[in-house]
Amino acid sequence: MTNRRESGTWGRLRARPGAVVAAAVLAALALLALAAPLLAALEGQDPTTYHDDLIDSARGGVPLGPYGGVSGAHWLGVEPGTGRDLFARLLYGARISLLVALGATVLQVVIGVGVGLAAGLGGRFADTVLSRLTDVLVALPMLVCGVALTSVVPADFPRPLLLVVVIGLLNWGGTSRVVRAQTLSLKKLDHVAAARLGGSGPWRVARRELLPALAAPVITYAALLVPTNIVVEASLSFLGIGVKPPTSSWGQMLSTATTWFRADPLYVLLPAAFLFVTVLALTVLGDAVRAALDPRERSRLRVGTPGGRRLRRERSAAA
Amino acid sequence: MTGYVLRKLGGALLVLFLLSVVVYLLFYVAPGDPARLACGPRCDAGQIRQVRDQLGLDESLVAQYLHFLQAIGTGRDFSTGTGVLHCPAPCFGLSYQNGQPVTTLLGDRLPVTASLACGAMVLWLLLGVGTGLLSALRRGGPAERVLTVLTLTGTATPVFVTGLLLLMLFCASLQWLPFPSYVPLTEDPEQWAWNLLLPWTALALLESAKYARLTRSATLETLAEDHIRTFRAYGLRERAVVGRHALRGALPPVIALNAIDLGTMFGGAMLTETLFGLPGLGQLLVHSVRTVDLPVVVGTVLGIGAAVVVASAVADVLYALADRRVTLT
Repeated sequence: MTNRRESGTWGRLRARPGAVVAAAVLAALALLALAAPLLAALEGQDPTTYHDDLIDSARGGVPLGPYGGVSGAHWLGVEPGTGRDLFARLLYGARISLLVALGATVLQVVIGVGVGLAAGLGGRFADTVLSRLTDVLVALPMLVCGVALTSVVPADFPRPLLLVVVIGLLNWGGTSRVVRAQTLSLKKLDHVAAARLGGSGPWRVARRELLPALAAPVITYAALLVPTNIVVEASLSFLGIGVKPPTSSWGQMLSTATTWFRADPLYVLLPAAFLFVTVLALTVLGDAVRAALDPRERSRLRVGTPGGRRLRRERSAAA
Repeated sequence: MTGYVLRKLGGALLVLFLLSVVVYLLFYVAPGDPARLACGPRCDAGQIRQVRDQLGLDESLVAQYLHFLQAIGTGRDFSTGTGVLHCPAPCFGLSYQNGQPVTTLLGDRLPVTASLACGAMVLWLLLGVGTGLLSALRRGGPAERVLTVLTLTGTATPVFVTGLLLLMLFCASLQWLPFPSYVPLTEDPEQWAWNLLLPWTALALLESAKYARLTRSATLETLAEDHIRTFRAYGLRERAVVGRHALRGALPPVIALNAIDLGTMFGGAMLTETLFGLPGLGQLLVHSVRTVDLPVVVGTVLGIGAAVVVASAVADVLYALADRRVTLT
C-alpha cells in the first residue's frame, strides 16, 4: 500500500473490490460478444436458423424438453415459437447492446464537448443560444422523442446505426452542461489567460489548455452514460422500434418474452439477467471511476492519515 | 416573486414555441410524403392530389406551420370530396389511420396514463422518501447497506424487466393477481386498483431508488446544517428535529425532482403500458409510430412536451416557495 503507483487514479480504482469485479465481468461480456461467431460455431448453431422440430406446435410453440429445450446441442435452449438457438441469440444480442451503447456514448461526448466548449468560449450570444438549446433537450423526455424520431426515418436505414444516432443526438445535454461550466471556470485560470493573451485562437486554447483539464470530468460523466444508453437501447428494442428481425438484441428478446413468461420462464430470465448484470457492472464501474478521478479524494483518502482512515471507513459503509 | 413567476412562465412559453417548430419541421419535412401516408397504400394519383389539397401541402412551409398553429387555437375544417370533416380546437390534425381528431384520441387515452402515473407516484414517494430517510438516520448500520444495494439494483433494472419478473411471480407462479387489463376508475374502483397494482409497483420500484438516494443525501445535508445543531443544543427532541426541521429542508429537492421527472415517467409509462397492454398515451404513441400516423405522433409528443415544460416551470416556482434560501433571479 505504500507503493507510490498505488496512490494514483489506477491505484484508487484497484483498491475498490467492486470496481475490480465489475471490470472483470465487463471484460468477460465483451469477450463473449466479440467471440459470438466463434462460440456459436463451437456450439454448432447460429442465431437465425428456425428449428421447428424442437418446439411443440400443439402448445403454440413452447420448446420441447425441460428448461426451454436445454440440450447438448442447444446449451441454453431454444426460442419459443421459432426454435432459434438461445445461446447464439443472446451472444449476438450482446454485440448489438454493447456496440450501440458505446457508439452512442462516443457521439454524445463529441457533441457535448463541442457544444459545451463553444458555449463556454464563444460570446454571450452563442452561449445563450446553445444553453437554451441544451435546456430544451434536457427537458424533453428522451425515450418519447427517440420513439417519435424513428418514425420519420426511412425503413431501409440500418437499424443499429439509427439507434446510435437517435440515442446520441438526444442525450448530450448533460455532457455539454458539465463542459460549459468547467470551461467557464477554467477560462479564468492564469495559464488559459496567458495563452489567450499570447494570441492563441479559441481552437488552440480549447485543444492545448482546456481539453486536458476537461478529460477527468468528461470521462466521469461518460462512464455513467454507458449504462443509461444500454437501458435506452433495450427499451427502444423492447418497444419494437430497435433492431429489425432476424437481428437479436436483449430488449427485442424480452419483448418477445412478454407472451411466453408463463410457458417458458427461462426465456425471460436469461436476457433479463444479461441486461441486469451488464447495467449493474457498468454503473458500479462508472461510480468507481467518478470516485477515483475526484480530486477531493486524492488527499483525503490517503492511507495512514486519521482523516483518510475515517473517510474510508465511512465510504466502505456507504458503498 | 411575481416577476420571478412571470419570467419562468415566459421561459416556458419560449421553450414550448421552439418545441412546436422543431417537432413540426421534423415530421413534415421528413422523408416520406404526408399525403401518401394519410391516404393509405391503395390510393391512386388523383386521390393523393385531393389529400394534398385538403392538408394544404402545396403552401409554403411557414404558411403550413401558421395554419397548424391556428388550428390549435381555433380548430380547422378539412374538406373531403364528399363533405367537411371538422376538427375542433385545439386541433392537432386528424389521424391518418381512422380520421379521428388527434385530441379525441389523446383524451381517450389520458385517463389510463393518469391512473398509472398517479398511483405509481404515491407508491414511489412513500417507498423512496421512506427508504431514503431511514438510511440517512441509521448511518453505517446494516439497514443502510441493504438499502444501498436495493437502490443500486433498482437503478440497474429497466422497468419492463421488473414488470416481467413481477408478472412471472404474481401472475404465473403464485397466481395472486390477474394479468392486468384496464378497468376505468369510474366503473369499478376496486378492480381499477387491483388491475393496476402490478404496473404501479413496476414503475414505482424503478423510480423510488432515485428518490431514496436524493432524500438520503438531502436529509444528511440538512442534518449537518447549523440550525439543526442549534435545535439539538436547545434540547429539542430528536423526533421533532428530524420530523419538523430536517424534513422541511429535505423536501424541496424531492418536490422539484418529482415535477421534472414527469418526462422520464412518460418514458416509463410507455414501457409499462406496452408490457401490460394498457391502452394509454404511451401505447398510442408506439402504435402510431409503427403505423407512421404522423399527426398522432406530433400531437402526442407536443402534448407530453408541453406537460413536461409546464411541470418543470411549476417545479421551479414550488422550489422557490418551499425553500426561501433560493435567490429569485
